[in-house]
Amino acid sequence: MRLLTHNMLSCNIKGVTNGFPLRIEVEKSMEKEVDFNIDFLKSIFSKVEWTALVDAARSLGYNELPEEVADSSTMLESSDFLKKFHHALLELHLEEGALICPETGRRFPVNKGIPNMLLHEDEV
Amino acid sequence: MEEHHIKLDLANPYLSSLGTKGGSKSEPKNGPVPFKMPPKTAQIRLVSSHPEVYEPCDDSFALVDALLADRTNLLAHDPTICMEVGCGSGYVITSLALMLGREDSGIHYFATDINPHAVRVTCETLDAHGVHAEVICADIATGLESRLEGLVDVLVVNPPYVPTPEDEVGCEGIASAWAGGENGRVVIDRILPIADKLLSENGWLYMVTLAANNPLQICVLMRQKGYASRIVVQRSTEEESLHVIKFWRDAEVLREAKEQVGTSKTTPAVMEYLLSQFPRMSFWRTGGNSSSNS
Repeated sequence: MRLLTHNMLSCNIKGVTNGFPLRIEVEKSMEKEVDFNIDFLKSIFSKVEWTALVDAARSLGYNELPEEVADSSTMLESSDFLKKFHHALLELHLEEGALICPETGRRFPVNKGIPNMLLHEDEV
Repeated sequence: MEEHHIKLDLANPYLSSLGTKGGSKSEPKNGPVPFKMPPKTAQIRLVSSHPEVYEPCDDSFALVDALLADRTNLLAHDPTICMEVGCGSGYVITSLALMLGREDSGIHYFATDINPHAVRVTCETLDAHGVHAEVICADIATGLESRLEGLVDVLVVNPPYVPTPEDEVGCEGIASAWAGGENGRVVIDRILPIADKLLSENGWLYMVTLAANNPLQICVLMRQKGYASRIVVQRSTEEESLHVIKFWRDAEVLREAKEQVGTSKTTPAVMEYLLSQFPRMSFWRTGGNSSSNS
């Protein structure tokens, strides 16, 4: 799974109010090249929780993203920034590991790149 | 709005080759169509399988045919995020990715299924065709509902629509692909509000329904949420009569829905319009009305 997906996932166990972002536990990660599309990056940027992406990328060993994006309109014109954003969002994959709810510690396993977000009966 | 859509459909040279009852069979206006590579769909021989995963069948083909028939509109719609709920073998999401374009075109795909075997098979089918979707094992959209809210431009669903005893709904394995409970509506009725939440301002939903699901009433329900609808493909087999219905947010329908809050009555004119789309289902005229008022 890509970090784009990680950025769109949260724990929705009944009663959990603070289920985002899920902490990443890495057993195996990989990089896969993805075609670059500036329009996509620009349109998705405002939907991405930046800090969650920075932390997720760091947990997969990628430390090149700036902590904060103060002036997004300038940053989104920088090809250096866009390349790093593209790499972190789409090319880093969590293959094996788990996503951990920050509030409850519940583990959602990730196998062969597929997160399992199914809840148990008593969690719905 | 409606007329606009139909007009574009007629411009689609591929529609005439679709043997669907709902589709127009008229020839494109500008004479013979020059040879062109047909838009691709997933190839059956490349679709992965597993004993516990639903294989592509009439309903899957009807849904892909509907997407093909509406492909010109879909491309003009310029979606950023497309999603399939209940991806099964992966035949539909793979076909969608092939017909709309890979990631270099700026479109990203998500797919969910409640069946862990199905999500794995979907990944294999996507891989075999050289396309990518982010695949998540989820019950409809568990885990995605809050962050993906309002971001999905195109949502496609071939739900478990077969009427079954209630206790078969949500069973593990392949039964989750068809078991729909009373009137086959139990899972559909859970999907509709989630679809409404996930869809973007210009979001489109394509959904397969069976005659027994009372699609007319589904259209009435969605109309109350501000969605216009039309049948893209209608197909009858020996066993079942399928419709693929497209729903889209429509400002006028939304305004009308807001005006009618509290009464939840559908005006006779709207009922007549919807009924005209389901000519063989007029026996639901009373049934559809009374249940939508309950």
